[in-house]
Amino acid sequence: MMNLTIISEWLSHYIAAEVAFYAELIVIAVIYLSVFALLGLFLVWLERRVAGFFQLRLGPNRVGPMGLFQTLADALKLVSKELTGTSKADKFLYKLAPYFVIITALMAIAVLPFSGELQAFDVNIGLFFISSVSSISVIGIFLAGWASNNKYSLIGGMRTGIQMISYELSVGMVVVTMATLAGTLQLSELVALQKDGWFIFTGHVPAFIAFAIFIIAGTAESNRTPFDLVEAESELGAGYHTEYSGMNFAYYFLAEFVNMFIISAVAVVIFFGGWLSPFGITDNIPYVGVFWFLFKTMAVVFLMMWFRWTFPRLRIDQLLTLEWKYLIPINMVNIVLMALLVWLGLTF
Amino acid sequence: MEQQTFLADKIRTQEYFLNMGPQHPATHGVMRMVLKLDGEIIRNIDPVLGYIHRSIEKMCEHDNYKQIIHLTDRLDYLSAHMNNEAVALLVEKASGIEVSDRIKVIRTMMSELTRIASHTLWWGVMGMDTGALTTFMYAFRDRELINDIMEETCGARLTMNYSVIGGVRYDLHENFVKRVKDFIVHFKKKLPEYDRLLSDNVIFRKRTEGIGYITKEEAIAFGLNGPTGRASGFACDIRKLKPYSAYDRVEFQEVMATEGDAFARYKVRILEMWESLRILEQLVDQIPEGEHRVKTKAVIKLPVGEYLQRVETARGDFGVYVISDGGSSPYRLKFRSPGFANLHGLNKMSIGYKIADLIVNFSTIDVVVPDMDR
Repeated sequence: MMNLTIISEWLSHYIAAEVAFYAELIVIAVIYLSVFALLGLFLVWLERRVAGFFQLRLGPNRVGPMGLFQTLADALKLVSKELTGTSKADKFLYKLAPYFVIITALMAIAVLPFSGELQAFDVNIGLFFISSVSSISVIGIFLAGWASNNKYSLIGGMRTGIQMISYELSVGMVVVTMATLAGTLQLSELVALQKDGWFIFTGHVPAFIAFAIFIIAGTAESNRTPFDLVEAESELGAGYHTEYSGMNFAYYFLAEFVNMFIISAVAVVIFFGGWLSPFGITDNIPYVGVFWFLFKTMAVVFLMMWFRWTFPRLRIDQLLTLEWKYLIPINMVNIVLMALLVWLGLTF
Repeated sequence: MEQQTFLADKIRTQEYFLNMGPQHPATHGVMRMVLKLDGEIIRNIDPVLGYIHRSIEKMCEHDNYKQIIHLTDRLDYLSAHMNNEAVALLVEKASGIEVSDRIKVIRTMMSELTRIASHTLWWGVMGMDTGALTTFMYAFRDRELINDIMEETCGARLTMNYSVIGGVRYDLHENFVKRVKDFIVHFKKKLPEYDRLLSDNVIFRKRTEGIGYITKEEAIAFGLNGPTGRASGFACDIRKLKPYSAYDRVEFQEVMATEGDAFARYKVRILEMWESLRILEQLVDQIPEGEHRVKTKAVIKLPVGEYLQRVETARGDFGVYVISDGGSSPYRLKFRSPGFANLHGLNKMSIGYKIADLIVNFSTIDVVVPDMDR
């Protein structure tokens, strides 16, 4: 657990205990917000560098060392930009929509176990919490598509509705598969159970299949190529956020990257042993887990970026065919297979 | 018997219009399409031209024949050299100017280099339109080498203005042969990479195969030409039908396909790049010695009459039609642009398919908007 209770203990010497408790919450929230913002900026930078690497060019390399501050400069630009909108948009929903997306991404990040010590909110239904919270973000995208009063946005929004709801199922089923193996939904416990072997190895074939499905469905969940139909640049301009500018646009942009991080982090937690080091070399040293967690997560993030800069985009009907005709049946068989393995005690 | 009602019968859907362009990333410039859609399915396409109309044909009526060449660069800017060549060939034919073998070979080589440059750019944009953004950069890597060759010899990279009446503007640069040879070696290694990255990608195949089908009869009826027509099995390569410059002395195959779908159009262009390399290989060692430019009169006047010259640009059959009243500028000049003819097929290809397929079809007919909209 995150030992930030020292804040409230220290504060309670000066102010009432209840006030100190809330003050502690605020401090943690501020820390998380900053981590969140920095993470988003870092991932945008990483994406650009990776894109440059794949596309025979350099990527940002002028502002700061290796262009690290480029995204910060861009964020400053976005903050200072005027917030424009269409005159006939539904003003209230139009302005509300980005917050759905950003807040759900923030909520999901709260349960991630960065290391054995660093986890803000270790709820016993952690995996369920993440998948349920991130499914709320569909509303934000859907609202944006509807409230912008733009046909391109509307098509983008409709595609989102179809895509995210469909692929939510696959992600959920993979979670069920892995929960069958682990017997828990609590993220810290999931990691602790992998001390003797990561689930991707202990779970035999079903775990491998589950990982493949998870990475496909996860890519679709975070609306990235080859599943970026939602904002399909060559078809819909910018899709659901066509009419957004300045910070409102930045929220969508940031949320996309943070969602990618969350998907990768979940993959790391349920398949690759979370913050545990390989062969337990550094498991006894506190806080080193953060390094391993971020390292593994970035590896999965890199994989997703690799997809993006290599694959063409699917068409909407192919997207649904893939999900409903292939992934879901495979997933169902996979769950049964996993249950059999666990029942027969064939796991390592 | 009781009438059975289904829920689907009660749901009413409405067709709607979507204005695509003139500012749209996939319309390759300033083309506008008014789409009639039923959900995502296309019911009708109404292409609207005129956003980049510069009245080049009218301008040509006021310019003399030497000046006209400079305007043709701005039609299909990716086939700039072929356009130049068409006008030059027409005036040479009409006024009886004989050009040397060297000029013919230089023009042919430049045409083929331009064709490869155009096709590589098309390949990059094709990938982008299907969502694979990396292809664009790969294409530009290879296209850059051709642009460098052009820059050295012609002094310009895109709108070369290289062909003039009675020859070419400058003699070949001393590095030309070496550079072209290097390029052939380089590009032979890179073309299979194109296949590995995009052609063999299962998603790309699914996106293009069986999409935008057009039969040979329809292709002929719509006047489709160039790689677009050949993908439907319509033999329409001007280089074979009416050989000009040095095309009668080189060996190459007219690339054909019979499927008529988007992937066939894609395949034809990829294979055409191989054929262009073959032509370059045959010519690069055998550039005859001689003058690069024949002396012509200061003011060229064509005899009274009608003249037509067709060349095969990267997009297809480009025609220049001139009616001369004996003056130093044409009485009437008409460019027959391949892109405009190919655009006619778009409706046939895309109706009943989805928006994403329209983008693919639009990309496979390889449009350059200033070519259609003069």
